This record gives sequence, structure tokens and C-alpha cells, in this order.
Amino acid sequence: MTVQAASVRAAGAWERVVGARGVGMLGIGLGALAFWLALPPVETRTVAVPVAIGIFAIAAGLWAASRGELRVGWGAVAAGILGILGGILATRSSVEHLEIVVTWSALTAATLRFATPLTFAAIGGMFSERSGVVNIGLEGMMLMGAFFGVWGADRTGSWLGGLVFAMAAGGLLALVHAFFAIHMQADQIVGGTAINFLALGITGYMYIDIYGTEGTPTDLAGVPDVQFGWLSHVPPHGLGNFLDDTFGQMNLMIWLAFAVLIVSYIVMFKTPIGLRIRSVGEHPRAADTVGISVYRIRYGSVVLSGVLAALGGAYLSIGFVHSFTENMTAGRGFIALAALIFGGWRPFGAFGAALLFGFSSALARRLPDAYGQSAGTLFEALPYILTLIAVAGVIGRSIPPASVGRPYKKQ
Amino acid sequence: MPSVAARLALYQRTGGVITPILTALVAFMVGGLVVLATTGKNPLGTYKAIFDGTGLNWLFPWVGGAERTSAAFELQQTLILTVPLMLTALAVAFAFRCGLFNIGGQGQYAVGSIVGVQAGVWLSGLSRPVHIVLAVLAAALAGAVWAGIAGILKATVGAHEVITTIMLNYIALWVGSYLVGFGGPLQDPRDVSVPVTREVAQSAKLPVFWGDPVLQGLHIGFFVALGALVVYFVVLNRTTLGYEVRAVGFNAEAARYSGIKVGRSFFLAMAISGGFAGLAGAMDVLGWEFKLDLTEIQSSQIAFIGIAVALLGRNTAIGIFFSALLFGALLNGTSTRSLDPTVFKPELAGNLTHIIQGLIVLFVGADLLIVYLWQARRKLGIAGRAGGPRRKAEAGA
Repeated sequence: MTVQAASVRAAGAWERVVGARGVGMLGIGLGALAFWLALPPVETRTVAVPVAIGIFAIAAGLWAASRGELRVGWGAVAAGILGILGGILATRSSVEHLEIVVTWSALTAATLRFATPLTFAAIGGMFSERSGVVNIGLEGMMLMGAFFGVWGADRTGSWLGGLVFAMAAGGLLALVHAFFAIHMQADQIVGGTAINFLALGITGYMYIDIYGTEGTPTDLAGVPDVQFGWLSHVPPHGLGNFLDDTFGQMNLMIWLAFAVLIVSYIVMFKTPIGLRIRSVGEHPRAADTVGISVYRIRYGSVVLSGVLAALGGAYLSIGFVHSFTENMTAGRGFIALAALIFGGWRPFGAFGAALLFGFSSALARRLPDAYGQSAGTLFEALPYILTLIAVAGVIGRSIPPASVGRPYKKQ
Repeated sequence: MPSVAARLALYQRTGGVITPILTALVAFMVGGLVVLATTGKNPLGTYKAIFDGTGLNWLFPWVGGAERTSAAFELQQTLILTVPLMLTALAVAFAFRCGLFNIGGQGQYAVGSIVGVQAGVWLSGLSRPVHIVLAVLAAALAGAVWAGIAGILKATVGAHEVITTIMLNYIALWVGSYLVGFGGPLQDPRDVSVPVTREVAQSAKLPVFWGDPVLQGLHIGFFVALGALVVYFVVLNRTTLGYEVRAVGFNAEAARYSGIKVGRSFFLAMAISGGFAGLAGAMDVLGWEFKLDLTEIQSSQIAFIGIAVALLGRNTAIGIFFSALLFGALLNGTSTRSLDPTVFKPELAGNLTHIIQGLIVLFVGADLLIVYLWQARRKLGIAGRAGGPRRKAEAGA
């Protein structure tokens, strides 16, 4: 009797939530559609279309928010506003300018190139932070990967050697962070800052000491691209061309990032190890009580985060530009951290945020061709403003693991 | 036996000065080992060359003649660098005392220098003291507003200040690059091929009190920074605001129960911190740079070094003075201009500085390491014989 009543109530609640959630999701889609219709290939020239669709998106978002789906609902409202603004801007500018900037296949390929290092580092950060150790040293670990990837590729003559060197260096630096955060119970943010300084110094020193003013060798072994010739034969013709231009020749590391994404999702949410990592990050005392070694799990997670972040750095150096320059990560570790938080400490959330950041970087690189240098520069600030809005809780609050940043004292 | 925490408290009371010095020494020793291992050069010789580049030998009475003249010049340069280091360190320290980690000094410094340089350009025609005061205040206010955003977000929705200040850093970096860069509204319109602002008016330049104003002498910003150290000490230790800030820093929940408005303290602590960083930006653009270029906005490291300065100085006014002097000296001593390249490559030395900074921050963050070492020393029986048994008796009682 009571079981039946409870199950009926649960079903009702489930339906209500999915309904509101679905409407909110629809609103986000409409917001994107409002902007998309004003861009090539459709290129609506009237402002009314994006504005009308954007208003629908906002309405859907407000309805969803009023039904308790705050995160998705406010997300739809934001998407609607951005869609209207983007639509107005796009309909105001000339078709030629739009077509210079918006080439979907090139934009998608560039988005993936920019998102890949962020994805590696953000997923690395997820392991560390889910286990309860804040990792703002991701930037330094990426930088280690970038330099040691080059050095390893140079020394061993193979890109595989470069990746091994990079992962070892990133893992070692992460081990230092882990030792101070876990055994020394030092402030993890201070420790991470130190890690960033150390990496900047170590890589810069070794770079000057080994390569001097000449720069890294030009005949460096790079991570190869993967060719998929058959993609161009996919029907219909337009889709086939798009797929071929986008995915037909992508770097192996980008595919590796997809694999890491899926594997880390499975490990984190579908295996006992993932459950242990999460429990150590939420309530270490409880985890300790049931026999989980808090220290061992945390060490493992932090070192893994360094290895993954270093892969992201190695992609930058031996996968993308095939050279190393001092401080070449230039803050990407911090952006990865933002992507992690934006994505709510979840692999696909972080990947989505990395794609968003990658897309705005890709767009920022193409804007100057049509709208001048300063437009592109100003556009670079957008992802950070979005992250600031996200952490401010306007688009639903991102809730960190409960014990992140707190040292655990064994009893 | 007292707990580790109690030992830590005891050690902080007694050894507060010793540890930072030991930390710095260890970091320099490791740095020396790096020099020895990679170049085979005598680390002492390298450090001597760096030291000569800092101009600190001016303080030795036996240095005379031409050497003294060049030492005086180098010391002026070291102190010019010390000014923003002291101020950005205060920006970290004040927030730290409220339990906040202000990693956004870089953005606050950038905002301060942009507003400072523009106030210096636009307000021309005023008398010199009025112009300087207005420009400096505008820059400090801009820094305070920038950091205040993070403070408000912390106070109202609890957004973590480390994340918000990092984001504000990059927003300041890119918006600043837009303003100053190619085709930006603040770029000097006379030469569109160089991304740099116009030069500040003569009336906005800070007076130089030591050295040649043409050859970049030491400006009065040095006294502004010293004054800021005093203000920091007084506000923190002698005012209600400072008491509340420290109470929140010790334990925000306890402070809330005792009636302190925690959110207000968060906001004010961040705003005051940002004010210090904005002031640092103003001192640099009005004191010796006089204009702001794109690379300065994109690659300045001053405020990040300020974090290390604050940590090494243990967030105290006097500690910050000495550690700012140390880092200012390191920066100037390893610069391409000051360090003799035949002794040691300045590019290498600059990176050596980063390693030393990293080690210092790492060790300073790990108080427990020192306590553990102290305990290990006891176990090994190196400790004073009188100390051991007495402690045991205490524990038994």
C-alpha cells in the first residue's frame, strides 16, 4: 500500500522533472538555433527571425526555471539572450564577412584542436579534485609535458618517446604536489602555485640550457595525423565533405582525448575504483572507516592528473606546433580548471566546456580576417566572462566535491 | 605530548622569523646545486655576480669610486622593482588575513596600470600634485573595484575567490590587450604600428628623489609603498575593520556567530587588496614606464611574484618589506642588463629565479615539514639534553 503510493508519487515527480528539464533543453537548443539561422549557410537577413526564436528560448527557460529546473532553465534564458545578440550582430554584418569567418568544417576542426589540451588537463584535474586535492598546478604540469614531450622526442627520435617523457615528467611534478598536499598537509592552493613556479623555472632553465637561442630542432618527431579517406564518400555529398574536412585528417592525440574522455567516465562512475575516488573526495573519514586507503587513492589520483595534464601539454608542443617556447601553455591549465568547474566536475561536462572555450578561441582567430584585430582580441575574453557567470551561480551553481582542498589526517 | 597543531602554534610564535630565512637559504642552496649540476660553474661565483647586479653592495662602506656609482644605479633599479612587489604582496596578504587567497593581483595590477596611465594622459593641465594624486587614486579605485567583484561574489553566492580572480585576471588581460593593442581605443593614434598607449603628461610623473630622472632614478613611489606597509599594519592591527577581517580569517563561522558581518569583511578585504594592487600598477606607469604596451599587459609577472613575496614574508608588514627586497634584488640581479653574461647567462638566471621562487612557496606552504623535521631531530637524539626529559615530565603531569 505505502510502497504503491510512494512509487506513484516517485513516477509523478520523475515525469514532472523530465518535462521541465526537456523544455529547458529545448530552450537551449532554440537559443543556439536563433544564432545559427543568421549564419552561413542559411543566412537569414532579417533581425525578426533570431529575435522571435530567442524569445521562445527565453520563455521556455523561464518556464523550466519556474518548475524547479534552475540550471537548465537559466541556461536556456542565457542561450536565448546570446542567440538574440549573436543574431542581431550577424544580420547587421555583411554576407562576405560572415562567410570569411564562419566555415563550419574549419571552425569545427579548429575547435577540436583548441579543446584537446584543455580536455586532457580538465579530465586530469577531475581525478585530482574528485579525490579531494585541489590542483591549480595543472598549468605547470601541462608545461612540463610540453617541454619534456619535445625533449623526449628529440632524444629518442620518436614521438612515442616524447609522450613517455612528458607523462613521466608531469607525473613526477604531480607527485611533489601530492606529497606536500597529502603528507605535509600544506595548503593545496599555495602548493599548486609553487608547482606552477617550479615548472616555469625548470622548463625555462632546461630549454635555455639545452637548446639556447637556436630554439628546438625543426626536424622533431611529431605525433602523426590519422587519415580517414573514406569519410568523403559518406552520403549525402555535403555531409561527406564536411566530415572529411573536419575529421578526415585529425591528430592522433585528438582521438586519444576522445578515448580518455570515455574511459575516464567509465572509470569514475561505473567502477569500484571510481567510487573509491569519489568517496575519498566527499567524506574521507567514512572512506577510511570502511578500509579504503585515503592516502593511496589521493596519491594515485593526483599523479594521474599530472600524467593527463602533461599529455595535454605534449599535444601542444609535439602534436600541434612542433616546437617549444618558454611558458608556451600561457594559462591553458587555468582555462582547463575553469572548464572542469564549468562542467561540474564531470568528464562530459568538462569536455563540453572545453569545446565551448575551444570554439570561442577558434572564432577569435578567424574574426580578425573580417572584422579587424581588436574584435578578435576582445572576443578572447568571452570564455572567462562565461565561466565567471557560471561560478557566480547564475546558470546554476557548480558544486565541488565536499572535501576538496581539505587535508586528511589519519587517526 | 602536545599535538602537532599545538607544536605548530608554538613554533610559529617562537620561530616565525627563523623559518622564512631557513626556507630562503634552502631554496638558494638547491638553486646553487642546479647551477653546479647543469653548468659545472661555482654557484658562489654565480650568486656573487647576481649580487653585484642588484646594487646591494652600495650598502658596503668600503665600495667606492666608479663601482659605487654603478652600484647606486643598480640599487635604484632594484628598489624600483621592490615598489610593485611590496604593493602586490600586500594585495595577497590582506586577503590572506581574511582567509581569502587573492590570486588575482595580476588582473588588479593591470586594471590599475591601465586606469593610471589613462588618468595620466587625459587629466593633463592640472597642477602636478593634484594630477598625481588623482591618477593614483583612480588606479587604486579601479583595482579595488576589480577585486571587489570577486569579493561580492564570495560574499553573496559563495563563489570561490581563487576561481573568480583567475577569471578576472584573464578578462583584464584580454580587455586590456584590446584597449592598448592594435586598433584599440587607447592606442597612441600617432603610430598605429606599435601597440602602446600615449605617454602620461609631465605633470603626472612621480618625482625622482634619488638618481637621475632621465636615467630612471628611484621615484617617490618607494615611500608610497612603505606608507602602504604602515597602513596595512595599522588597519589590520589597530582598527575594528582589521579585527573583524582577522576574526573572519581565523574562523568565519565563529566570527558570524559573534555578530561580525562575514560577507562585508570578505568584500572589504578583497576591495582593499585590489586597491593595493591597483596602486602598484599606478606606481609603475607613473613612476618609470610612463606608457603601457601590449607585452607589458600580457606577460608581466609582477603580481605572481607578489604571491611568493607575501608567503615568504608570512603576511606581515616587516616580512613583506624584506622579502620584496629579496625578490626585487633577484629580478634586477638576473636581468639581461645587470648580470654579466660571461659569468652566467641571464636567461638561465631568470629561470633559476623562478625555481627558487617555486621552492620558497612550496616550503613556506609546508609548515608541518619543519615540525616533522624538528620531531625527527628529537628522535635522533640531537636535541638539547635538558629539553628532552623536561618535556616528558610535562607530558606525564
